[in-house]
This record gives sequence, structure tokens and C-alpha cells, in this order.
Amino acid sequence: MFGRTTISVRGIGHHTVDAVWRLGYASRFLGLTLGHSGACLRRFRLVIREIYYAGVLSLIIILVSGLFVGMVLGFQGYHTLQTYGSESALGILVALSLVRELGPVISALLFASRAGSAMTAEIGLMKATEQLSAMEMMAVDPIARVIAPRFWAGVISMPLLAAMFSAMGVFGGYLVGVVLIGVDEGSFWSQMQAAVDVREDVLNGIIKSFVFGIAVTWIALFEGYDAPPTAEGVSGATTRTVVTSSLVILGLDFLLTAFMFRGV
Amino acid sequence: MASENLIEIRKVTFGYGRKPVLKDIEMKIPRGKVVSIMGISGSGKTTILRLVGGVLRAQRGEVIVDGKNIDELDRDGIYRLRRRMGMLFQFGALFTDLSVFDNVAFQLREHTDLPETMIRDLVYMKLHAVGLRGAHRLMPSELSGGMARRVALARAVALDPALIMYDEPFTGLDPISLGVIGNLIRKLNEALGATSIVVTHDVQETLGLVDYVYYLSEGVIVAEGTPDEMRENAEPLVRQFVYGEADGPVAFQYPAVEYGKDLRLH
Repeated sequence: MFGRTTISVRGIGHHTVDAVWRLGYASRFLGLTLGHSGACLRRFRLVIREIYYAGVLSLIIILVSGLFVGMVLGFQGYHTLQTYGSESALGILVALSLVRELGPVISALLFASRAGSAMTAEIGLMKATEQLSAMEMMAVDPIARVIAPRFWAGVISMPLLAAMFSAMGVFGGYLVGVVLIGVDEGSFWSQMQAAVDVREDVLNGIIKSFVFGIAVTWIALFEGYDAPPTAEGVSGATTRTVVTSSLVILGLDFLLTAFMFRGV
Repeated sequence: MASENLIEIRKVTFGYGRKPVLKDIEMKIPRGKVVSIMGISGSGKTTILRLVGGVLRAQRGEVIVDGKNIDELDRDGIYRLRRRMGMLFQFGALFTDLSVFDNVAFQLREHTDLPETMIRDLVYMKLHAVGLRGAHRLMPSELSGGMARRVALARAVALDPALIMYDEPFTGLDPISLGVIGNLIRKLNEALGATSIVVTHDVQETLGLVDYVYYLSEGVIVAEGTPDEMRENAEPLVRQFVYGEADGPVAFQYPAVEYGKDLRLH
């Protein structure tokens, strides 16, 4: 009995040390990426190329998801507000839900599963096929040439994708609320315009998506860079990217929301 | 005056964790020569290339490249030295997101300020040398194994390196591609006035093109000499390797209990 307890405690200790070591390694990786960002930002065409792969190619899933989420919000919001005779406030409900919460969070979750997993798989395969080693042997630092441009591409793309998600969601809410159900168009837009505050709501949403962009891209790139150079290793790293990113996004969302709306 | 040897490996010992890979290795690679390091898988051949390239550091001993002790160089020093090295990886390690042209142009764009018109001419010259000028638009996924290896070779010599390292250049190639790569190794070495190290276990192809051979087993050099000396070497380990004998000092059977016991004959 005592032996089994010792083994369990040792196991917990081993996992804790391993997790702390990995966090330290990931932090060092982020530090190196930031340290090499100057050179990469001077060659901005590298970042633009990655923005295309991470951002532009994620547009379809972001826009379609935004439209459906907005349409569902339109139905649900109307159903709830109608009970209190406040269906004219549908525009406020749709816009605030999207700009404050759903836009940044859902687009970050979609970004993690679409672009984050692709980044991890790409970097992991580059490692497995010795492309990163080849770069090192050519006296080109892979962190500066491969990692930093992808990092900044992710950080720049994320707020733009979140903004497009929210805009599409508002349009979806309009389609259902105004066009389909018949809520008054004037009150839908005017109440939205009056209630949505640029600093309190829009800016906070942008800050959230910017933070999510840093977190998701960092996790995706680190998992790829640290992946064992085997098929199993790369597939495991890709899975970890999606799972870890999703949990981190939700955790960060709670912290940021608590911080941003603490005085409200 | 530059030393006669481009590379000198002096009493080098190296291991991964507690597992020793190289034990007191002594090696000299003269300038202008093509030298092969042979041995079975896991004998430490690739580790020597990694030590010469400064990817790994010797635990004991010295690795001298072009008069510089690799262990005493900082990161910038190693990178400066690597710009004078080219390396061909086992399966080419081409950048899969770049075309053949861009793969060969990669180092020229990273390390020089040459205008794009000059880079274009240089890339075509390198690709012409390996017979693939016409394939400059293709992506790595559209190339055969032999073609990928030739593109990687063009990329490795893009900056006219003083040292070219080949890590298992013949693995998985058909006989025609194998002959093409063998010829290119020799011709490029002569055309560039470079020095080459070929790590391989493809005996017959290699003995026909190199000037000198080191034979490595379990981290120790067990034989060295010219190709003719290696063919006539009486050491059983070398004979088994050179003539591809199935059984010998390197046993065919993985260590196991007595055969009869597994078959329950006793």
C-alpha cells in the first residue's frame, strides 16, 4: 500500500517537473521568436506569404461559421426577447454577444483547428524530413526564417478574422431577425449603434482576439518545433495543438473578461 | 599557409547520454580529396558529419575545420564556417514549399545581396550541372528520388563551398540515378576544387569514386586506406562489409536464447 502511494506521488512529481520544464522550454522558444522578429519584420513579404496561408485560407470557415452563429443568435435572441416584449433590442443582443465574446472566442477556436493544426503539422514535417536541419547547416536560423514569420502572421490574422466573424454574425442576425422574422429594421440598427461602445466593447474584443492570436500561434509553432520527428509524433503534436489551444483560449477568455468588466 | 588537411579530428569522443558513439577517433581529410566514412548503421558515421558541421560538440578531443577549432567558435563563427560548407542530406531535405529554382536560390538570397538576374543565372548554371535545368519550375513533390537528390546537390553547391558533406547519398536510388550521383560527386569536387566527405554503406559505388576510406565500427576506426587497400583488407569485419557477406563478425541472428529452447525440442 505504501509502495503504491510512493509510486503515485513520484508519478505526480515527475509529471509536474516535466510540465514546468516544458513550459520553460516553450517560454524560451517564444523569447527566441520575439528576439528574431526584427529581421523577419524587415522582410515583411515572408509574413505576408504566411498571412495568406494562415489567414486568407481560413476565411471561408470563419465567414460561414460567423453567418450561422449570427443566424442562431437571431432566432434564440428573438425567442427570449419576445417574452419580455423587447424584440426591438435584438440588434443589441446579437452585436454585443458577437463583439464581446463569440467573435473572438469562436474565431480563435476555428483558427486553432484550421490554421494552428496546419502550422504544427507543417513545422513537424519540416523537422521530420530534415528541412530544419538543412536550414541550420546552410547557416540560416529556422527560428528567424520559418517560425517568426508564421508567428506574426498568426498574430496579425487573428483580430482581422475575429472582426470578419463578428461582421458576418451581425449580418446573419439581421437576415433572421429583420428579413425572416420581421423585426423593425430601424430599431435593429439604431439600438445596436447606440448600445455598442467602441472602447468598452469593440476595443476589448480586439484585445481579446490579439491575445488569443499570440497564444494559439505560439502553441501551434512550439508543438510543431518540439514534435518527435515521426508520423506518430507529428500527429500527436497536431492533436495537442488543438486541445491545448482550445483550453487556453477558454481560460484566457475568462481571465480577460473578468479583468475587462471588473468595474462594470 | 593553409594546412594540408581541411579537417582534422583529434582523439574525439562523443556519446548520446550514457551511450558512447565515438571513441578516441583520429581522422584527417586532405584538401581536394574525396574521403568516405563507411560502416554499418549506428556505427557513428553521421555523428562525425554533425561534429564537423558544429551541430554537435565533442565531449573530448578536437575537431579542426580549416584551421579553426569548432568547439571554440561561437554561434556566429559556426554560421560563418557553415557558409563555406554544403551538405547533401539522406533524402535531399528539399524545402517542400519552394520550387526547384527557389530551393537552389535559397542560400544565394539569404547570404548574398546579388541582384535577382544574377541569382537566376547562377541557379540555372547549378541546375545545368546536375542535368535538371529544365525542371526548375517543378515542386519537390513532382520529383523522383534521384531527381530530388540532384536538386539537393545543386542547392548544396550553390555558394561554391570548400567542403561538401554527403550523408548516405545513394540510399534508395535506382542503378542509373546511383551512377549519376556518384559521377556528380567526383566531378563537382574537381570542378569546385572542394573537399568531400561521403558517409555511406554503399560499398561498390563508393570504392569506385573516393580517394580514401575510413571504416568505422562501434565508434572506432577499424580500418583505413585507399579503395584498393580496402578491397584487399584481411580484417574479417571489413571483408564481410566490402563483399556483403550475410554472416560473419556482424552476426545475421539478433542475440536470442538457444533455437532449440524456443522450439521446445529439449
